[in-house]
Amino acid sequence: MKVEEQAGLTPARPGASAPHSARSNGRWAGYRGLLTARMKELWREPEVVFWVFVFPLLLALGLGIAFRDKPAGVTSIAVVAGPGARRIINWLEASPQHAGIHADMLSEGEAFNRFRLGKYALVVIPQAEGGVRYRYDPARPESVLARAQVDDALQAAAGRKDLVATSSETAMEPGSRYIDFLIPGLLGMNLMNSGMWGIGFALVDMRQRKLLKRYLATPMRRSDFLLALSSSRLVLMLIEVALLLGFGMLVFHMRVLGSLLTILLIGTVGALSFGGLGLLTASRAQKIETVSGLINVVMLPMWVFSGVFFSYERFPAMLLPFIKALPLTALNDALRATILEGAPLAAQGTRLAIMAIWGGLSFLLAVKWFRWI
Amino acid sequence: MNNTGDVVVRCRNLFKTYDGKVEAVRGLDLEIRLGECFGLLGPNGAGKTTTIEILEGLLRPTSGEVEIFGRNWDAHQRELRELLGISLQETRFSEKLTVRETLRLFSNFYERPGSPEAVMEDMALKEKADTWVGKLSGGQRQRLAVAAALVGNPRILFLDEPTTGLDPQSRRQLWEIVRQFQQRGGTVLLTTHYMDEAERLCDRLAIIDQGKIIAEGTPAELIKRYCGQNMVEFAVTPALDGTGRELWQALPGVESVHEEDGLTLLSVREAHHTIPALLDAVAERGWRLVHLTTRQASLEDVFVHLTGRHLRDE
Repeated sequence: MKVEEQAGLTPARPGASAPHSARSNGRWAGYRGLLTARMKELWREPEVVFWVFVFPLLLALGLGIAFRDKPAGVTSIAVVAGPGARRIINWLEASPQHAGIHADMLSEGEAFNRFRLGKYALVVIPQAEGGVRYRYDPARPESVLARAQVDDALQAAAGRKDLVATSSETAMEPGSRYIDFLIPGLLGMNLMNSGMWGIGFALVDMRQRKLLKRYLATPMRRSDFLLALSSSRLVLMLIEVALLLGFGMLVFHMRVLGSLLTILLIGTVGALSFGGLGLLTASRAQKIETVSGLINVVMLPMWVFSGVFFSYERFPAMLLPFIKALPLTALNDALRATILEGAPLAAQGTRLAIMAIWGGLSFLLAVKWFRWI
Repeated sequence: MNNTGDVVVRCRNLFKTYDGKVEAVRGLDLEIRLGECFGLLGPNGAGKTTTIEILEGLLRPTSGEVEIFGRNWDAHQRELRELLGISLQETRFSEKLTVRETLRLFSNFYERPGSPEAVMEDMALKEKADTWVGKLSGGQRQRLAVAAALVGNPRILFLDEPTTGLDPQSRRQLWEIVRQFQQRGGTVLLTTHYMDEAERLCDRLAIIDQGKIIAEGTPAELIKRYCGQNMVEFAVTPALDGTGRELWQALPGVESVHEEDGLTLLSVREAHHTIPALLDAVAERGWRLVHLTTRQASLEDVFVHLTGRHLRDE
């Protein structure tokens, strides 16, 4: 092609040659240039840095603290004043359960009133002949628990013998806490957010600026452009994974059981899948307002159903097949299985396939419908 | 102008219909020769941008052919892109990239680009090399747009309204760039609705109105052909409301008569023959002359002569 070009286009006069001394660019110069430019742009956009990097960490920190697992606190109970009340309190204070029970002595009216307001979990009413009556709410777990604990303490103090020797140990392992559940979900959600916005929004913005058209007016290969955009997503994905997992490990002592390579592979498939969806939402929209709405419409069901903040098993069983077919569900499940349970890649076939199908179909449709101008 | 033999851009019988009804271009033929600066002059909405974007291969014509260096857009897209430098009417480059980064990016797309540094030098953008595009003034952005067109080291430069919205100094700067590019052997096609720009910058031009070329030639030829050399502008009392038209047409040396806002405009070959006759005719009928000036005819007059309207409708 080059030979033909030179033969056909040699200027009529020697003076009419190229104005500047010619450099020479290789096949991938355009791709490299686009990728470099894109990364610089992203890095210089404070909103991107905040939403992609800072926001998920803040969310993890906030939710991790709010839902941290703590030992059940001290339960307050009321003992109705009267003969025998003092003895009950003394027994409770001497019992092995004393650390978990705080008892106040009040009049009956006062005690019932505060019990109703939730201040006390249980009211103990001393009876004649040394017996007690409990007033508790079977619908409040702490009330049920307090009744059992108090009864246990009083019976033991009164001389009941335990016939079976028992001992217990506490279990608060990293891996089963809420934060362990949350971090992979946040990672999945973040990959969705940044994929959809990073591709969808960016493209429509460029279209609106006529920048896509301007690129088209150069010898730039369209495939290079899309490739550079995807590559920038993957670079960002690496940083997102490293940040969130690193944060979880450092701050919440989270344990990552699966191999890092597997996690990155899943992240790649997820990032590309949402990149494809982003491309599809951006394929025809002319205004950023339009594409913003579209992106939110696409993401909303996944925020709700895909088990980012709580398990989707809580939804009715008839919804589950639909929920499991969503790409974010597949990504979250795959990340959780790998990070929390150490599941190998081979066990994730279906989930990876779901993501690949969403991404692949979106990409094909997007390429068919895409408007550069 | 001995280097204008080869036709480098040619289009024949170009039509463009939007949505099956709006006819933006209606049968347009053009030939642009090597080394010349060719202008498409016309009012807003005349079809200039549609035409130039079809030539640039960015829009598909509804029918008609385009050839650049003997190649067409269907078969030689990539080769042609290497040869063209394009500045669109409105492009907002990435605001968070610097001028130098933007030009580097564009130079990366071409096999044998020019140097971004040299282009910045030429376009007086050197001082702004490390400034983010978002911080540039309107004139600097416009120069950057032309710089991005030049950095690919093109053989033909397509500029769509390159000086719209620029201050006079920036406009002259841009004209200078275009001339330099021409001197290095480049060919230029530009659109404009400024007649002074067309007159000073273009070797040849085509006047477009409603999707058609209504006149074509060098600026001097066009003025001479349609407006003689001079314009005589006058008004008389009592107001004639157009009834004097035949009388004025019969005066010696008058090529055409045009009336607007109570003024009568005569385009004349030789003002020194026409004016005494005009004065006599007015005096004979007992009318009184309340206004009389003469001036050189311009492309604006050509456009008014051809369409009865002004280039820029305020």
